[in-house]
Order: sequence, then structure tokens, then C-alpha cells
Amino acid sequence: MSPHSVRMPDLLLVPTAAAPATAAGDTAWLLAAAALVLLMAPGLAFFYGGMVRSKSVLNMMMMVFGALAVVMVVWVVVGYSLAFGDDLGGGLVGDPTQYFGFKGMLEADPEASYPITLFAAFQGLFAVITVGLIAGAIADRTRFGTWLLFAGLWTVLVYAPVAHWIFDFSSGDHVGGWMANELGALDFAGGTAVEINSGAAGLAAALVLGRRVGFGRDPMKPHNLTLVMVGAGLLWFGWFGFNAGSALAADNTAAIVFVNTLLAGCTGLLAWLGVERFRDGHATSFGAASGVVAGLVAITPSCGSVTPIGAMLVGVAAGAICALAVGLKYTFRYDDSLDVVGVHLVGGLVGTIIIGLLASSSVTTVDGLFHGGGVDQLGKQLVAAGVTLVFSFTMTALLVWVLEKTVGFRVDPEHEVAGVDLAIHAETAYDLHTATGGARPHFGQG
Amino acid sequence: MKLVTAVIKPHKWEDVREALEAFGVTGMTVSEVSGYGRQKGHTEVYRGAEYDIALVPKIRIEIVVDDADAADIVGIITKTAHTGRIGDGKVWVSPVESVVRVRTGDTDTAAL
Repeated sequence: MSPHSVRMPDLLLVPTAAAPATAAGDTAWLLAAAALVLLMAPGLAFFYGGMVRSKSVLNMMMMVFGALAVVMVVWVVVGYSLAFGDDLGGGLVGDPTQYFGFKGMLEADPEASYPITLFAAFQGLFAVITVGLIAGAIADRTRFGTWLLFAGLWTVLVYAPVAHWIFDFSSGDHVGGWMANELGALDFAGGTAVEINSGAAGLAAALVLGRRVGFGRDPMKPHNLTLVMVGAGLLWFGWFGFNAGSALAADNTAAIVFVNTLLAGCTGLLAWLGVERFRDGHATSFGAASGVVAGLVAITPSCGSVTPIGAMLVGVAAGAICALAVGLKYTFRYDDSLDVVGVHLVGGLVGTIIIGLLASSSVTTVDGLFHGGGVDQLGKQLVAAGVTLVFSFTMTALLVWVLEKTVGFRVDPEHEVAGVDLAIHAETAYDLHTATGGARPHFGQG
Repeated sequence: MKLVTAVIKPHKWEDVREALEAFGVTGMTVSEVSGYGRQKGHTEVYRGAEYDIALVPKIRIEIVVDDADAADIVGIITKTAHTGRIGDGKVWVSPVESVVRVRTGDTDTAAL
């Protein structure tokens, strides 16, 4: 039996008489879910692109699209094998040679409920989104080539090991990662591997690369909030693939996860706006978009272990806490440009830890503290969250530092001030002036 | 000839244009500009962070007129653009040495 034909153990399992042949319904849903996760990449590009200044929107979108291309290639070559190959020891990392280049994965497995290549592609898109998220912390100031190099290296050095820890379940002869199996932490769709991982990496990268020229002095406000709203909408839509797709089946669990994902986005929006209304006097569109994403971030790990009422509480907690957390960068003066720390690290921590409080045995295998389950699960969740944070922060800080000292990661200050779109890509996003828009192109040194 | 330049609140622009047209002004140059005077800028809030936006959007009108009409036109703009609140703008007059109409080659007053 393929290691991937079993469903994640934190789901309510209905015993079946025999292992199913490849189930058409499950396979169809996973195909669609994977495509939905891919849609989150342009969603993220819009979401982030609208937030930067108009002189760097193309670079921001290119960082997300570039990461998509690099990470997916690296994933097929070696990333998947590092994450889901047989454990090399201690539950730390998979065997990179086992599935090198998707080796040995193309034969149809009659016992699996979906093809292993589909599972591998679905998981690869999670890596894509995770790396793309980091870009928001270092917007406006990085070299594109070095960013692509970073994306590939980070996938191998940071994402693949963490994905192995939490997503790779042992079954039969296959030995998986320590968090999922020995520790028993619950993370349905990536509170640790995706959200805490990208948030801690963003913090490390922002600290190592330093603040943008003019941070705290110049108004670095979002240049196009309509793009941010479009991006938030696309992300929400894609998130159903991310979360409900992680059920790896078209079943009751997928339906509960779907509802939970919907509700946490709603209450995240309301909670963020509530904080804004009382603190600043206005409910803003930027707050609404941010609140949706904060709610979705926090429900990502918890969607498979809380009830719909629990999901609403998760969204409220994340929306309110993240709305307050985005102000930390002004207190501590780190330039996390687009609040990857305030939304993804903090939201990821909220969602991962809250499982220890709100997990319900009506949905998953354990009860959290609030359902009479004691503090046992809470402790496991804290360990998983803490280890992911420390590992990701340390590894990313080292990687960014080495890249900055060797090939150079940050652009020249004059290019940063003039705008990275023009300096790096020789393009400008918006040509609204007929005087320059109508200029004849010149070729060579003409 | 005089150049009358006015910087006014954007929402007053249509009223000013209508009043000038009624007076007989047949053309003008209009631009969207930004700046600040005593009014200073305003505050915007993004994710809880307050930004002082120094520049306020304004409309700038430029009209070249006959010496005799300058005072009337300044009066019309001042009256029409007035709200009494801070940030209503300014109108000023400067001398113009010569004007040429590009299409016909007419000069000075004939070109107005």
C-alpha cells in the first residue's frame, strides 16, 4: 500500500471493508483543489502588489510568479522526496533519492484512492505559496535573481524538512516526520509548515536585509487597494482547495473543513474591522482584506479539528490579534513591508496553538482544553509551533546573510528610491501619461 | 495681457468653469495638481498606522486674458470658489509679454 493512500490520522475515519481502488471522486476533487491552490499565487501577487508603492508593483508580482516557477521545479526534482521520502533518521528529513525527479511514482497504484503524482503536485503548490508569502516581508528592495536563488534553496533547506515533520505520516513500512507521528501535533493544512514557517522566515529576511530607505519617514502606503481586495478574494477562493483539499478525499471531513474555512474568513474580517473601528474610528477596505486573510491563516491548521462555532472563534481571535500585531514593526522598527509577521506568523501561531484549546472530538481524534481534554494537546501544539518558528528563523537568517554577502540580495539605494520595477525589470506598471506613453521605442543605443 | 492663475478646491472646479464661460472666457488650461498651504495635509490610516499626507489635491486653472478683463475674472473665480473654509486656494495675476496662435500665426490680443 502506498504511504499516501492513507488519510491523515486526525480525521474522523469511517472504516471501509477494503482499501478502495483509485476513487474517481477523490481524485477529481484533488485535481480541482490543486488548481485552486495554484490560483492563490496570482491572488497573492494581487494582494501584495496592491500594497506596495506603484514603483515596485511589478517586481512584487514577479517575486510571487518567479517563486512559483522555481519552487515547483525544485519540488519535482528533490523537494518532494525530501519531504515525503522514507525518513533518514529521527523524523527530521526524507530520503532525497527515493522520489528524485518523481522517480518510481508514475505507475498507477490500484490500492491508492488517488494518484501519488497528484498528491505530490498538490503538496508542491503549498511550497509555492509558502515561499511567495516571504516576498512580502522584503518588498521593494531585493534583487530578482537572488530572490529566485533564495526560493529554490529555501524550499530544499527549510520548507521540505518542516513539511516532512508535520505532513508526512508513517504507515506500513513508511516512516514519516517527528511532529506528525512521535509528537502527535495537529496541523491540518499548514499552520506550521506554511504560515509560521513563512512568517518567521519573513521576519528573519527583513531583519538581515534591513529597513527600506525612508522607513518610518516616508508614507509607504498601499498604492492600489482595489488590487488588494481582488487578491484577498482570489486567496479566499483558492483557500478552499488548500484546506478542504487537504482532506485528500471528497468526503464529510472536506465538507466540515470547507464550512470552517468560510466562517473563519468571515469572522476574521469582522474582528479586524471591529478593532479598527474602536481604535482608529474607521472600518477600512484594507482592514477587511487583511482580516479575511488573518482568519484564513488561523483556520488553516485548525480547520480539521474544530466545530463551525470553534472556527468562528478562531477567526475572531486571529482577526483581532493580527490587527493589533501589525503595529509591532513600528514599535520594534523592523521593516516587514507587507506584514508577513503580523498576519502569517502571528495568525499561524494563533491557529496552531488554539487547536489545544478548541479541538473537538466530534471532528477530530482529541479534545482540547475547552472541551475537557486537558492541556496535553496544547503542549504538543506549542512544541510544534515553537520548533518551527526557531528553525525557520535561524535557517532563513543564515541563508539570507550568506546570499547578501556573496551574490548580493539587496538592490542599490538609488535603484530602491527610483523604484525596482524600472531598475530591475525595465518596466513601469502604469502608463497614464500620453506624453511618455506615446514615445517611440528606441532600440540599442539609438 | 495678463496670465490669471488660480489654485482651487477640486469640487469647485465645475462651478468656476460655468461662471467663467458665462462671462465669455472661451478657453483655459486646467491641471490636477497637489500642494499645501496653511491648511497642511491630512491623515490616512493603513493597518492602524497613521500617515501624514502632506500634499492635498487641487485644480489649477490658467487663463491668458486682456488687461481690462483680468480684475473681473479674478473676481469671478474668487467669488465662485469661495467656501469660507481653510484650503479654498489662491488666485494671482502675472504679466504676459506676447502670445502667438499656432494655427494662424495671430499675435497678442488677436491670439486670445
